[in-house]
Amino acid sequence: MRYSALSLFANALSGHKKWPEQWPDAAPKPSYDVVIVGAGGHGLGAAYYLAKKYGVTNVAVIEKAWLGGGNTGRNTTIIRSNYLYDESARLYDHAVDLWDGLSQELNYNVMFSKRGVLMLAHNVHDVQSFQRHIHANRLNGVDNQWLTAQQAKAYCPPLDISPTARFPVLGGALQKRAGVARHDSVAWGYARAAAALGVDIIQNCAVTGIRRGADGSVEGVDTERGFIAAKKIGVSAAGNSSVIMEMAGLKFPLESYPLQALVSEPIKPVFPCVVMSNSVHAYISQSDKGELVIGAGTDQYVSYSQRGALHIIEHTLAAICEIFPIFKRMRMLRSWGGVVDVTPDRSCILGKTPVPGLYVNCGWGTGGFKATPGAADLLAYTIAKDEPHAINAPFTLERFTRGRLIDEAAAAAVAH
Amino acid sequence: MILIRCPYCDEQRPEVEFVYAGEAHISRPQNPNLLSDDEWAEYLFIRKNARGVHYERWVHAHGCARYFNAARNTVTDKILMTYKTGEPKPSVEEIAEAAK
Ligand SMILES: Cc1cc2nc3c(=O)[nH]c(=O)nc-3n(C[C@H](O)[C@H](O)[C@H](O)COP(=O)(O)OP(=O)(O)OC[C@H]3O[C@@H](n4cnc5c(N)ncnc54)[C@H](O)[C@@H]3O)c2cc1C
Ligand SMILES: [Zn+2]
Repeated sequence: MRYSALSLFANALSGHKKWPEQWPDAAPKPSYDVVIVGAGGHGLGAAYYLAKKYGVTNVAVIEKAWLGGGNTGRNTTIIRSNYLYDESARLYDHAVDLWDGLSQELNYNVMFSKRGVLMLAHNVHDVQSFQRHIHANRLNGVDNQWLTAQQAKAYCPPLDISPTARFPVLGGALQKRAGVARHDSVAWGYARAAAALGVDIIQNCAVTGIRRGADGSVEGVDTERGFIAAKKIGVSAAGNSSVIMEMAGLKFPLESYPLQALVSEPIKPVFPCVVMSNSVHAYISQSDKGELVIGAGTDQYVSYSQRGALHIIEHTLAAICEIFPIFKRMRMLRSWGGVVDVTPDRSCILGKTPVPGLYVNCGWGTGGFKATPGAADLLAYTIAKDEPHAINAPFTLERFTRGRLIDEAAAAAVAH
Repeated sequence: MILIRCPYCDEQRPEVEFVYAGEAHISRPQNPNLLSDDEWAEYLFIRKNARGVHYERWVHAHGCARYFNAARNTVTDKILMTYKTGEPKPSVEEIAEAAK
């Protein structure tokens, strides 16, 4: 069924009791052309683009829990593309281009809202590094502009720019084209659109092994519900990528860390944009429900617990209260954690692997939600053509041997 | 917040006194000029990232300031055992014994 004002009206007449299910919960078939491991936005999107753009419809997405329950459903939904290096600019801008028409394409409101992302500069080093980013971005045709402290205050009135502030605001970098989207809708929209094209979405079915033939190439996956044969396997398992790659005998340059977020009680609209403060590890926006959505930094140690420590979010909230004193008396509703897979250079790994028929999309770490449509499209392309697209060619695993890193870590220290 | 026993101070202290220092038992290559690109990649970038028992380094930054090693379960985050720098990597059995 196509969603429209008319279908909404018609279903209102029957008390919204007759909406059909959005996608069927499929049982695994014995074999597929392509199996995608992990039903996050990236994996579901890859299945959708495989079917839609590249004509591969005999596809299954296999998920150990429920779809969208990983980092896709746990993130603070910041979407931006003002990264430093040329390769990153192309990669993230490709994603933002796809975000633009996504709701229409999927016939599903992903609530992409270009409300602007403002990154605060608190010291001279921040100012210099942001100005460098702005100039590099402009050369790449990526929108990004410098705001003085007064301009930043005009753009985001709750900001405290007084010179005596604990974290003085010296200005900020604003990307107007950036913003937020509704995370769950992204997973659900891709799932519904992919299922409509014949993709099987198999939930509650952990992949426990990757089988390889005598020539080393993949034969399929062992799962909690038995063996499923596959000619090609795409792994998009975020924090658990190392675990899955090990099933194929591969060691990866990844470390998984807990990353936390939290939301406040809902209030009336008060916060017009997204504000990030990298040097104090705080990120904030207001959802359409009215909750303040706040992101923290990672814990320091490797962990798969999907849970972070209290002192990390305490540190973030202390900073939020200093930068936005009007929020001092707000109460927090919920907090949670995800497991993020971090590479040494903080750029993703997207491409083929040394195992024939095995493809990987991982290492998005703390900042891969923004890339969802782009990563999904590029993973689908790489699987369908058995070679990376020009946009993700610089992001393959070989860069760690060749030494040609894309060091967004050094460029930004931390980023969502 | 996890609790960590510093093997030098011989005291269990809260995590905020410590700084994590990455995977343990990665030794610097003896003959760097003989290493291939693959071996360099392995040494510099490849990490076990174990789901389960993980061997790692910590420094007691707000205490004795010394580095030591720990074995920790990365699913529960519980520190199973800590031991001094230079001591051999304990086996899974030794860790289970120490964690009792
Ligand atoms: C608190 C937090 C805040 C964040 N904020 C932002 C932000 O503001 N902006 C931004 O761009 N990014 C942000 N990120 C990062 C972003 O969420 C991720 O990079 C992105 O969502 C990854 O998408 P994915 O589809 O690859 O992963 P996921 O949604 O995690 O999907 C991977 C799936 O694989 C499944 N899986 C794992 N192991 C197996 C197995 N053995 N068998 C079957 N399935 C398996 C998991 O259950 C999971 O559903 C944040 C992350 C967190 C945790
Ligand atoms: Zn000590």
